[in-house]
Amino acid sequence: MKNTRLLAAALAAGVISVAASQASAAPVKFEFWYGMSGDLGERVQDACRKFNGSQKDYEVQCVSQNTYDATLQNTIAAYRAKKQPAIAQIYDAGTLDLMLSKAFVPAKKLMAENGYKIDWNNYFSGIANYYATAKGELESFPFNSSTAMLYYNVSAFEKAGIDFKPDTWEHVEEAARKLKAAGFDCPLAFNFDPWSMLEQYSAIENQPIATEDNGYKGLDAKLVFNKTTFVDHVKFFKKMQDEKLFVVKTKQLGMDVVPAFTSQTCQMMQSSIADHGTVGKTLPAGVKWEVAMLPIDKGTERHNSLVGGASLWVLAGRPQEEYKGAAAFLNFLGTPEMSEWWSTVTGYIPVTKTGFDAMKANGFYDKAPYKGRELAIASLTYTPTSANTRGIRLGSFTQIRNEVTNALEAIFMQNADVQKQIDTAADRGNDILRRFEKTYAGQKLD
Amino acid sequence: MDKRSVFKSWWLPIAFAAPQLLLIFLFFYWPAVSVVKWAFTLEPPFGGAAEFVGWANFQDVFSDPFYWNSVVVSLIFAFCGAFFAILIGLVLALAVDRELPGSGMFRFVYILPFAIAGPAAGMAFRFILSPERGLLAPLNAIYPDFWNPAKYSAHALILVIVIFIWKWAGYTFIFLLAGLQSVPRALIEAAALDGSGPIRRAVDIQVPLLAPTLFFLLVTMMTEGFVGSDTFGIVERTTNGGPNHGTEVMVLRIVNEAFQGLNYSGASAQSIVLIGLIMIFTFIQFRFIEKRVHYK
Repeated sequence: MKNTRLLAAALAAGVISVAASQASAAPVKFEFWYGMSGDLGERVQDACRKFNGSQKDYEVQCVSQNTYDATLQNTIAAYRAKKQPAIAQIYDAGTLDLMLSKAFVPAKKLMAENGYKIDWNNYFSGIANYYATAKGELESFPFNSSTAMLYYNVSAFEKAGIDFKPDTWEHVEEAARKLKAAGFDCPLAFNFDPWSMLEQYSAIENQPIATEDNGYKGLDAKLVFNKTTFVDHVKFFKKMQDEKLFVVKTKQLGMDVVPAFTSQTCQMMQSSIADHGTVGKTLPAGVKWEVAMLPIDKGTERHNSLVGGASLWVLAGRPQEEYKGAAAFLNFLGTPEMSEWWSTVTGYIPVTKTGFDAMKANGFYDKAPYKGRELAIASLTYTPTSANTRGIRLGSFTQIRNEVTNALEAIFMQNADVQKQIDTAADRGNDILRRFEKTYAGQKLD
Repeated sequence: MDKRSVFKSWWLPIAFAAPQLLLIFLFFYWPAVSVVKWAFTLEPPFGGAAEFVGWANFQDVFSDPFYWNSVVVSLIFAFCGAFFAILIGLVLALAVDRELPGSGMFRFVYILPFAIAGPAAGMAFRFILSPERGLLAPLNAIYPDFWNPAKYSAHALILVIVIFIWKWAGYTFIFLLAGLQSVPRALIEAAALDGSGPIRRAVDIQVPLLAPTLFFLLVTMMTEGFVGSDTFGIVERTTNGGPNHGTEVMVLRIVNEAFQGLNYSGASAQSIVLIGLIMIFTFIQFRFIEKRVHYK
């Protein structure tokens, strides 16, 4: 009896030790959660396969959480349950939440500890600054980056006899009038997404969105977009809408701006450079179209636009060997070959100067369908970043965006007073900021 | 002496009940306790020290005019949704119960919408009833803004309520048809012999006998309209609360506050208010309406 027990114990110990030795030979596995689905999600999976095929020590398991906000929520839930992935893709608006969470390993520290020498200045400053501290230390890895552009239908422009570029809003208005006169019912399509109308516009015009350098200098920032030329910009849009030159296109009305543009219902729109691929694929062959940097107000000076998209955060509290794998993976993604591949298959812009240069040298941007995408880089790097164009570091920014969207909806759909609505959005946004400040009481931004 | 089977050991019944108790504890009591805790603190999303703030979260909720707007919207949604879902289900059930030719097919067809997920129905209706490209677009071309849920809150509210009714009428139909089939045929035949038509029979015999079913449906439909996952799914997919808060139901507000704003504390406070409101409604329903229901 006693002997059999001993035997069983010895057997069990043997099994365990065999299992353990097998485990040590197998690659170290770690998880990467991302917020993309469909075609883009497949491309992320391709990137993971490429990494796993490139070496034998580590195996990244990439799990789609479908959307950006779901990724942030699930990462938070997982972190609270101590089941967080090693790497998570977090969208621009969630940057400050992560920064204050103390739940991450700073990008610089991770790479230094694992023996990778990264030239941090290689990142475009317009992109890196969005994810860096006020001092310029990168906390996460810029990954999929985009910015807003003006798309316009060159064929329609030619038909309407427009011989100038839509580089200022005055030119856009003039073009819209000519298009209208030539029988185009919807010269410019727009919706209530504050990303282009508020954020990009404010950066390009060097207007503040909030005090404290848009929140970079402290959590006590206050929204001020109700006192800048943004208000005039909205009034301009309202006037154009009243003259039926700019037309609202939303999902609720039946068609959003991108399908409105690609179905040639509308001839101009502001949208992300990430839509460049979709637009090229959807517009019928023979229709000439181009992208341009977003227009500026006449007589003002252009500044760099803001980066949108997401960055990769390495989460704290994982076993040490996973960080080695995570560092290897992030290093792999940062190689010029990978960044060229990623930009080619997705439409996102390269985030590093070497990546961009490699693509330029290959003639990537010289031919359709990729021609024009280099303008996104030009827009992002137009000037060195200023206090107003570095980025937006505001808490609960998704909710503030919702407030602005509601104000724009009231203005453009229900004829509400422009100044009053934007004031309300700013006031309500400030309440949100104060609550955020209280939630993180005693914490300092560095 | 009574013959009773008694468990000798104390742990056996507990072992049998344990899985259920564990589930209830995990998925009901634990979250409920967390929600109460969060409602009185400012909970940082990633955890960590949360400051106790007393009733401040509730004050914030109550002082927000858009919160009261969402309460009103939710009430309209739940009342209209429940009323018409039951009314239409009742009419359809009465019609099918007459067992005219084709009843079997109609019974199947009427139940079908219930099998479709709320968000999917919302997406479909958003396209079908979109003002510029949907079924009513030709009418809009003649009378501008005849139907424009992207512009008028009332239209948007009608839109989401119609989707709710479209889906849940199938559900009430199942219950009401089952209820009608338990009404003794002799009563209806006797009434028919006395010369009363189908409508008279429905009003005087069938509906009064259906009272317990109707009451059950009223309570469940009101709750469903108020907090159901379909309510959120339909509104989020169709109007996303717009235009300008016009269809912002309470559940949508809570989800946005918690998961977009990462304001777990504010969302918890709103959840508690919502739980309280549902308790009040259910109490009112049982206290005042159930009195008029005869079960036998």
